Amino acid sequence: MRVRIRHEITQTFEPAARNASAIVRLTPRGHEGQYVQRWTLDIDSDTRFHPQEDAFGNLCHAFTVDGPVTSFTIAAEGEMETQDTTGIVRGTVERFPPSLYLRQTDLTHPSERVQAFAREVRAQPDDPLAFLHALMERVHGDVADADGPAMGDPLTAEDALEKGAACSGGIAHLFTAAARISGVPARHISGYLAVDGEAAARHWAEAHVPSIGWVAFDCGRNLCPTEDYVRLAVGLDAVGVASLRGIGGDTREQVVAFDGRNPPKPQAKSQSQTQGQN
Amino acid sequence: MLSRTADNLYWLTRYVERADCLARILDVSQRLAYTPVTYGGSTNEWGSAVLTAGCAEQFIERYGPLETATEEHVVSFLAFEPENPTSIRNCFEVARTNARSVRTALTSEMWDVINSAWIELRNFPNRALTRDELARFLAFVKETSLRFDGATFRTMLRNDGYWFARSGAQLERADNTARILDVKYHVLLPEKEHIGGPLDYFQWASILRSVSALTAFHWVYRDSVKPWLVADLLILNRQMPRSLAACYDSLARNLDDIASAYGRQGPSQRLARSMLARLSNRSIEDIFQAGLHEFISEFISDNNKLGAEITEQYLT
Amino acid sequence: MPHAFDEMSSTDGAIRPAYETLKQWLASVPQDVLDHRRKEAEFIFRRIGITFAVYGEQNAQERLIPFDIVPRILTKEEWARLSKGLEQRVKALNLYIRDVYSKRDILKAGVVPEELVYQNPAFRPEMNGQRVPHDLYVHIAGIDIVRTGPDNFYVLEDNARTPSGVSYMLENREIMLRLFPELFSMHKVAPVENYADDLLATLRSLSPHGGHEPNVAILTPGIYNSAYYEHSFLADKLGVDLVEGRDLFVKDETVYMRTTEGPKRVDVIYRRLDDDFLDPLAFRRDSVLGVPGLMSAYQAGNVTLTNAVGTGVADDKAVYSYMPDIIRFYLSEEPLLPNVPTWRCREPDHLKYVLDHLPELVVKEVHGSGGYGMLVGPAADRAQIEKFRDKLKADPANFIAQPTLALSTCPTLVEKGIAPRHVDLRPFILSGSDKVRIVPGGLTRVAMKEGSLVVNSSQGGGTKDTWVLDA
Repeated sequence: MRVRIRHEITQTFEPAARNASAIVRLTPRGHEGQYVQRWTLDIDSDTRFHPQEDAFGNLCHAFTVDGPVTSFTIAAEGEMETQDTTGIVRGTVERFPPSLYLRQTDLTHPSERVQAFAREVRAQPDDPLAFLHALMERVHGDVADADGPAMGDPLTAEDALEKGAACSGGIAHLFTAAARISGVPARHISGYLAVDGEAAARHWAEAHVPSIGWVAFDCGRNLCPTEDYVRLAVGLDAVGVASLRGIGGDTREQVVAFDGRNPPKPQAKSQSQTQGQN
Repeated sequence: MLSRTADNLYWLTRYVERADCLARILDVSQRLAYTPVTYGGSTNEWGSAVLTAGCAEQFIERYGPLETATEEHVVSFLAFEPENPTSIRNCFEVARTNARSVRTALTSEMWDVINSAWIELRNFPNRALTRDELARFLAFVKETSLRFDGATFRTMLRNDGYWFARSGAQLERADNTARILDVKYHVLLPEKEHIGGPLDYFQWASILRSVSALTAFHWVYRDSVKPWLVADLLILNRQMPRSLAACYDSLARNLDDIASAYGRQGPSQRLARSMLARLSNRSIEDIFQAGLHEFISEFISDNNKLGAEITEQYLT
Repeated sequence: MPHAFDEMSSTDGAIRPAYETLKQWLASVPQDVLDHRRKEAEFIFRRIGITFAVYGEQNAQERLIPFDIVPRILTKEEWARLSKGLEQRVKALNLYIRDVYSKRDILKAGVVPEELVYQNPAFRPEMNGQRVPHDLYVHIAGIDIVRTGPDNFYVLEDNARTPSGVSYMLENREIMLRLFPELFSMHKVAPVENYADDLLATLRSLSPHGGHEPNVAILTPGIYNSAYYEHSFLADKLGVDLVEGRDLFVKDETVYMRTTEGPKRVDVIYRRLDDDFLDPLAFRRDSVLGVPGLMSAYQAGNVTLTNAVGTGVADDKAVYSYMPDIIRFYLSEEPLLPNVPTWRCREPDHLKYVLDHLPELVVKEVHGSGGYGMLVGPAADRAQIEKFRDKLKADPANFIAQPTLALSTCPTLVEKGIAPRHVDLRPFILSGSDKVRIVPGGLTRVAMKEGSLVVNSSQGGGTKDTWVLDA
């Protein structure tokens, strides 16, 4: 499928910030299921992007906007060709052996409740793929997809379980936490879901099956990602793949997908995060 | 003002400054004497102390050659002996005598510091001090000069009396710094072997310590201690209050103030300015090139000459 | 517990040569004079402001670390052996960290288990594949040494993050020089005062680029940090700026400090701030102590952080137990300083042994520090041991155990006069791009309570001046 994506993130500061440093993970890499034809990154302020690669191989850009800053908007836009690989992810940049992805983080913290949850699922210990599907089924059943914004602070695995509803990031936390507890390496993915010319930022998970490799799971929709998904960044949790990491301010984002034939249909997603003062 | 009054003020501050410097020399020598030879300690540190204090002749007359000078003799000679005209005890005695005779030219705060120090001095026993007692004595000396400087700075009228007092202190200070360099210049020379070894560090550090500049060094140069930088700090760097350049900066200004107050200038102003110019226009590389030792010897003799000119022009 | 070796009186009461003069001196000075000197020392400490805050104490006051005026003495030969061993150890630590963040040869060779690296909270994925200036990670190390006999020195712990205490080493010596010149005149004591100069030379040598004058700064969490005194002390001695996170900013992958003359580039940052707080864009987002973008500048190779980020992967107590193998692996040498024998509770047969012998062992948390969260078997009662047994069973991988060592004792001034107290030693090892520098001695910590083996200052331990004799 050919898809065009435009992702805009606006950060506003009240009062104005002395200066604003941020890192964005807004540039996808190709793999067997996706081919990046064109991709650009733009900002409405006078600053320079410093391209870098993070530890997981994600393409990042760091920049500092000189102050006083009241707001800036950064926009990523490009064209991709995606295809269905039945969720199997090959041809990616791998900087670590799979066993690194057994590492838990604060957001996937294996609390007692999460451990109990994971233990209940471990039905077929000899068949990791079956286990992962069972786990997806279970997560899908227990936590409703409150398809909210994936940016900001998704719930922890524990909170997602407790509340019974979470955005895609929180759901992915529960899945990765439980897989790791069961000895299956799992990781957090950020990207876009584009269906019928409508697009949204989305998080899901990938887990490692020795005989196959990395397999993607979107528990919120109870399926393995198809050509509707564009994969952006990989990490240990939502914070590690955050599209934008900055300090303070309010953040709004908007994702638009369209193809040549249909006019773009904007779908505004907005949310606020305030993280202390500058 | 009376020449005699000016003379008293000038010598009063010189003696206080000298006492302070002697205390520093003893402090540093003691520290270096405890330092193992492999870390730059030397066996004739006490001889060097006598040389730096500028009273080698009298010492040799009394105790024999410097090579065999002992801690006990040197400490006693530099700190207490009445026979040594510039022992610390005598410096304080002379300073108080001078102060008494110009009592009205001093503020009461200045007098109080000098007089209390003199009284306090009697509390130190008239026998060889233990090392602990000596340490306390030296701390007392340094504290006295700090208080005296503070009292002068904060309370004295800015007139010729003040300028003569400051000139005396600066001239003495320049002399002391130059003497330290004169006795120790060989450890700063680049041709010396094992440059940069730990041995040298302690020698360089002790030079800095003797002018209270060990911490200041790092702030000025932001580098580890290097011999040419030590020389630069002590000779040319005006930020360092005990450098030759800083002393002459202040000397030239004080003498100029006197000249403009009296409406007439003379040889002492000209000499002070020419020395300041010499210090301003040279780099430490030039000085090393032309010979550090020669430079310092010349400076000491010119500094003495300036002292003589001031005396000639104003104090007699 | 076996009888402890006393560094002055040996085990059989015979005075060891290095202590002969001190022993005579102690016998000649009346107790009240010593007491008076101790008070004087305390007064000087307060006046200089050498205080620290204790975590977790309500209304934490600024406290003094007790200072013991009786010096601890090591001979030249003992020190020569120690310093060689320390240099070897730090070399291996550096090679290990570099390997863990690049080729991972030691994991492939199966010498160290993968999970000790990947599951280690101190492992920083961000450092993977990251070149650091001069390939050095641990520029300032503190290696804790204990002794059990005349020739028996052991490494108890490696500190590869931000070891503290060096200001005490330096100030203790200054105060001793002030209070006991007599005693110094009777000994030839190797000086330590060049530490600041050595540290500055080390930091300058680590500048990421040659050519111009490197600008060095010390980054402190601020005045509420327990080691703030040390940060300001070092900045002053080095003549470098003491900065807080808000004094720095990053622009074009370069770090600047805000000065009255405008932005000034910073090349080397001696940071006394944990990894977690360094950069809210890379680590903890809520950190207000760090510098946004610092990691970007670091990764671009425009600034040196000392110590490097992620060095903690080499200094927890589980990795510690592999240090002898790590030394052999990288240096093909036998360790010059042995480890204390260590049982890793993560391994079932070790765990079984530990559970069977709890009353004789010291059990520590792998990531614990400051003497918290540990069990000293011989000093614990039955209830404490049983409580600890449950903790241990619940999470064995979080613990290691060691035999209760009879730490050596040194003469120490206590209320009733001079008495033996247990000590350890923390020397500081500086690794620059040009060479390794170690000033002779280090910080001796002493357990002031009779029989106590816990020397940590947070647990009432004190310090002593450490003398390495030159002859």
